[in-house]
Amino acid sequence: MKYLDEFSDPVLAKRLFDDIRAITTRPWALMEVCGGQTHSIIRHGIDQLLPEEIELIHGPGCPVCVTPLEIIDKALEIASRPDVIFCSFGDMLRVPGSGRDLFKVKSEGADVRVVYSPLDALKIAQENPDRQVVFFGIGFETTAPPNAMTVYQAKKLGISNFSLLVSHVRVPPAIDAIMRSPDCRVQGFLAAGHVCTVMGMAEYPELAEEHGVPIVVTGFEPLDILEGIRRAVRQLEAGEHTVENAYPRAVQAEGSPAAKAMLADVFEVTDRAWRGIGMIPASGWRLSPKYRAYDAEHRFSVTGIDTQESTVCRSGEVLQGFIKPNECAAFGKECTPRNPLGATMVSSEGACAAYYLYRRLETPDKEASSVG
Amino acid sequence: MGHGGGGTLSAELVEHLFAPAFGSDVLAELGDSAHLDLGGARLAFSTDSFVVRPLFFPGGSIGDLAVNGTVNDLAMAGAVPAYLSCGFILEEGIELSVVGRVAEALGEAARTAGVVVATGDTKVVDAGHGDGIFINTAGIGLIQDGVDIRPQRAAPGDVVLVSGPIGVHGVAIMSVREGLEFGVEIQSDTASLAGLVADMLAACRDLHVLRDPTRGGLATSLNEIAAASGVGIALDERSLPIPDTVANACAFLGLDPMYVANEGKLVAFVPPEHADAVLDAMRAHPLGKESVVIGQCVPDHPGMVVAATGLGGTRVVDMPLGEQLPRIC
Repeated sequence: MKYLDEFSDPVLAKRLFDDIRAITTRPWALMEVCGGQTHSIIRHGIDQLLPEEIELIHGPGCPVCVTPLEIIDKALEIASRPDVIFCSFGDMLRVPGSGRDLFKVKSEGADVRVVYSPLDALKIAQENPDRQVVFFGIGFETTAPPNAMTVYQAKKLGISNFSLLVSHVRVPPAIDAIMRSPDCRVQGFLAAGHVCTVMGMAEYPELAEEHGVPIVVTGFEPLDILEGIRRAVRQLEAGEHTVENAYPRAVQAEGSPAAKAMLADVFEVTDRAWRGIGMIPASGWRLSPKYRAYDAEHRFSVTGIDTQESTVCRSGEVLQGFIKPNECAAFGKECTPRNPLGATMVSSEGACAAYYLYRRLETPDKEASSVG
Repeated sequence: MGHGGGGTLSAELVEHLFAPAFGSDVLAELGDSAHLDLGGARLAFSTDSFVVRPLFFPGGSIGDLAVNGTVNDLAMAGAVPAYLSCGFILEEGIELSVVGRVAEALGEAARTAGVVVATGDTKVVDAGHGDGIFINTAGIGLIQDGVDIRPQRAAPGDVVLVSGPIGVHGVAIMSVREGLEFGVEIQSDTASLAGLVADMLAACRDLHVLRDPTRGGLATSLNEIAAASGVGIALDERSLPIPDTVANACAFLGLDPMYVANEGKLVAFVPPEHADAVLDAMRAHPLGKESVVIGQCVPDHPGMVVAATGLGGTRVVDMPLGEQLPRIC
């Protein structure tokens, strides 16, 4: 199958594993930024097959996981209103707010709908002029452009019963925050290829230079990830720290000018809180003044939200790469996909969910060879 | 909604709520069909309800599904399906021509499967209280002498076979329900498997387990069998028959084909000495011509399904919690 099969070829993968083994002389810790990469690594068993000197640390790049509890609670409150049709991508529905999730609100009678595109939500708004339609706009630079386009369309078409609950975040400030942490062990990054497809690579040289880390733009199929690791290790072994593009079939240095122009028109950069991590300056987007009327927080005046985060959940440390999911005492016990304490256990891109789904036979002390 | 998805939540609802309330020893076996002994005859008895949207989809309709679903549940007990009941719940306002088309499809599917629709019922609910047409079917069939097919019989050494490409029905339904286009039309695989099972039994009377991996897909069926029998199941991910169209659609939506529904496929657990003969019999039948071996039962990791990945690593193949949800990016 074009663009999938050829990037998971076992013969080519073995060659890359051999190359990585040949150039590795000492331990290195690499962070894959994106949750999609984490799932690919765990699902295909890539980490089991790498030389033991290479440690992969799972990064904060799961859009569902880092959406702050306060925003989830605001979503739950807005979705509960009888005049509202609340639209979301599917994987937000099981994310726990303070005590409940969107599935629970739906089961209580709220009109919560799963859509495959924000434009579907806009269509629902056109078809239901007497109701308020809200789309849950979360995610990184990948989902922000279509959401921006939807608000742009709403304004252009004069659709006044549509609004966006915005919690968009940006990757480069998160990389910067991780590197500034005194506990940081990360020595190189596999940057998220699809983010760079939109934004290009211009934001990364300064980070690589300032923190002395190689940053390799990497795709999501097994061979993409192995090539990203190979290049990052090669740089580390040579004492280099540059930005490399290992995903040229999707990423161009300048990114997508059209998407960036849409983002610049509809959004403006703002400080954002990341669930489990905290406030990161200039790490998010909100609607620009021109489009503020389409801001659901503003339209529904959701204030006075009292959030209650689990005191047991260590997802913040997982998201920053300080611990592996199965090093949390609650992992697989109090915290499962059935009763998630944190979003990392419920999101399809969450690191805890990946470990629970694919590596439940392992304990931190027991390596994968026992899996059978 | 998760309780209807065929995953962990569905199983818990039946196991912890319905089964204790009904207090039936027969039900406690929790197979797709009940095994009954009636005046010396060994019968399989099964029921299923169909709430599919849309009513008509590429490759079939709710009428075909209502027959094939129940017929296949009987066939998975090794029974020869004989009689069906058919209950229609119609929503007020549905056009009679639509009901007629569904009934025609149902009758045609029954004739193809070789079963007789022996009894039925019709109810009408107020507009807004249904989804056009709901259908319940129940069926009985005769289990032949010497046949004992139950999930509990999976044993270490058993070879695991699947009768063809997986995930096709689920993707076909998604493509029409959600208005998603995947470049080519994907037809549902809905079919009666009774004939295929008959050919398999002719090749080997001692089939251990049969299961049609419908809701929850192949992964759910394998997990149910591993749990019921206490054996470990080792799969080779490279051997899974996943059509390009299904793989593409699933990659696009962030779904795993192993969890996507099938309506015309079966999984068989066969003693190793009979595996080749059963595979040959399956491949000789039109509905099994793409049958393959996908794994084996092992004494390791009892009750769990573990796959060797394409690259040579391993991963657990878990029971899904409820419906799979398409991801954000």
